[in-house]
Amino acid sequence: MNITEKILARASGKSTVSPDDIVFAKVDKVMVHDVSGPGVLKVFDKLQKQGIDTSKLHDPTKVWIAEDHFVPSAEKISAENIVKLSNFSKKYDIKKHFKYGMGQYGICHTLSHEEALVNPGDVYVGGDSHTNTTGALGAFACGLGHTDVAYVLLNGEIWFKVPETYYFKLNGKLPPHVMAKDFILNIIGDIGNDGGAYNTMQFGGTGIDEMSVESRLTLANMTTEAGAKNGIIESDKKTVEYLNQRGATNVSEFHGDADADYSKILEYEASELEPTVAKPFSPDNITVARELSSTELDKSYIGSCTGAKYEDLLAAAKILKGRQVKIRTEVLPAAISIYKRAVKDGLIEIFLDAGATVGPPTCGACCGAHMGVLAKDEICVSTTNRNFPGRMGHVESQTYLASPQVAAASAVTGKLTDPRDLN
Amino acid sequence: MIGNVIKYEQDNIDTDVIIPGTYLKIHDYNELATHAMEGLDPEFPSKVKDGDFIVAGKNFGCGSSREHAPIALSTCGIKAVIATSFARIFYRNSVDGAFLLPIEVDDETYQKISNSDKLEINIEKNEIKNITKNETYTMKPFSEIIAKIIAAGGLFKYKK
Repeated sequence: MNITEKILARASGKSTVSPDDIVFAKVDKVMVHDVSGPGVLKVFDKLQKQGIDTSKLHDPTKVWIAEDHFVPSAEKISAENIVKLSNFSKKYDIKKHFKYGMGQYGICHTLSHEEALVNPGDVYVGGDSHTNTTGALGAFACGLGHTDVAYVLLNGEIWFKVPETYYFKLNGKLPPHVMAKDFILNIIGDIGNDGGAYNTMQFGGTGIDEMSVESRLTLANMTTEAGAKNGIIESDKKTVEYLNQRGATNVSEFHGDADADYSKILEYEASELEPTVAKPFSPDNITVARELSSTELDKSYIGSCTGAKYEDLLAAAKILKGRQVKIRTEVLPAAISIYKRAVKDGLIEIFLDAGATVGPPTCGACCGAHMGVLAKDEICVSTTNRNFPGRMGHVESQTYLASPQVAAASAVTGKLTDPRDLN
Repeated sequence: MIGNVIKYEQDNIDTDVIIPGTYLKIHDYNELATHAMEGLDPEFPSKVKDGDFIVAGKNFGCGSSREHAPIALSTCGIKAVIATSFARIFYRNSVDGAFLLPIEVDDETYQKISNSDKLEINIEKNEIKNITKNETYTMKPFSEIIAKIIAAGGLFKYKK
């Protein structure tokens, strides 16, 4: 069995599983945020009317709550949703509630790794499609809707069809100025935005061994954009060390069998990859950044679970150091822990000196919610994950998805820029 | 079930156009319904009738896990979406929450169905009858678990 099959077999109490089997898997960790949490409460209301008991959760110690989409509260409805979340954690005795304005908080997927909330081999589900991100730690991590998350909260398990697995093998180390974001955009461009639908996308090879944990998180994060059920990378010493540095204890690796089967194996040579951009209006609409060097921009957005981890900010800061931005540039670290490190290491000063605005952790403009949304006809380069019509604001705005290096280089020139071409 | 078709000749109708991100803070089903399909067809809430079906191309509902998407469509009166394929979370949400039927058809059937056609969907027979055109099509049968959850009326009523 490969790692996904092995995790689902363990979690469903079976000795073996195969693709297309239906299993009820016991869930190790579950997450809700300020959008899915109130959605789950709405499901609870409906269940109560049907006479289903919602007074107790299956296991509150497995649950954690993030405040990320509409924080700091965008207006009064968002403010009320935060109050609902507070009441929710109080009522059900959920201890891990990362509240904004009270120390560590941030984007849910970022907290999953920054706070070492998920371990290799875990079944982790969340009320958000980018829950796939955390599969980079060697867990089965999958996004679900409100009804399914409500079911998990009350019953501790959920059904899955065991997915087929596509294995993406990266040979060699990524060249300078080419980031994990460029690799995953190339994959999505090749297989299409439903090319991984219902399946697992697993990554391996020497290029993945070489990669930092944070780069791996970028890969798993955007498996959602190919429709995958989960993205996964087998854990190694780096994973364990990363989690231990963030306060984890008793982390052990969990692996698939050496002779595991994969439905498809696709190989990539790292040396052939280039800075890449996904044009409007789909993450699979890719081209190399150099081809778009005449595209004029209104804004550069460096934020989100995809593109505002510490490593992403560091990559952007190296480019912005000693330079000035030509277009509106917004930098929003994805969690307070990252923000603090960026202050301590001087990155925030570099951003401010370059003329960028630095904002608080939030999903914000990535999902068109608030704090930097786009006006009609505005064109943005963004380190985020989606560029559907209206994704970041007005339905007639445009978003080009790119790596933090491309976003930073483009901020300097005002046009889409390959970081290798920056003077 | 019998209903009329609202057809979008488009692939990849994503959750951001079905219900834009700015409305994710809203959990009142009736209010969400007033914004259904706003990113693609702002006239949709005023033209949709109770019992209607949406017909579209591949990868319907791609993008976010927001259950707001099937909720908004179902509260508007949509009973089924007929598409050549679905994104997984939209599909699961539609079935587990018992909001609407996600029905997969082949490309030929998708081409044959026109806007405003009157259809009768029979999930026991895996059949779609086009009353307007007097044609009959086959739908892809639901997998065993999906059929059982639909028959039960959602995941919470399903006994494994």
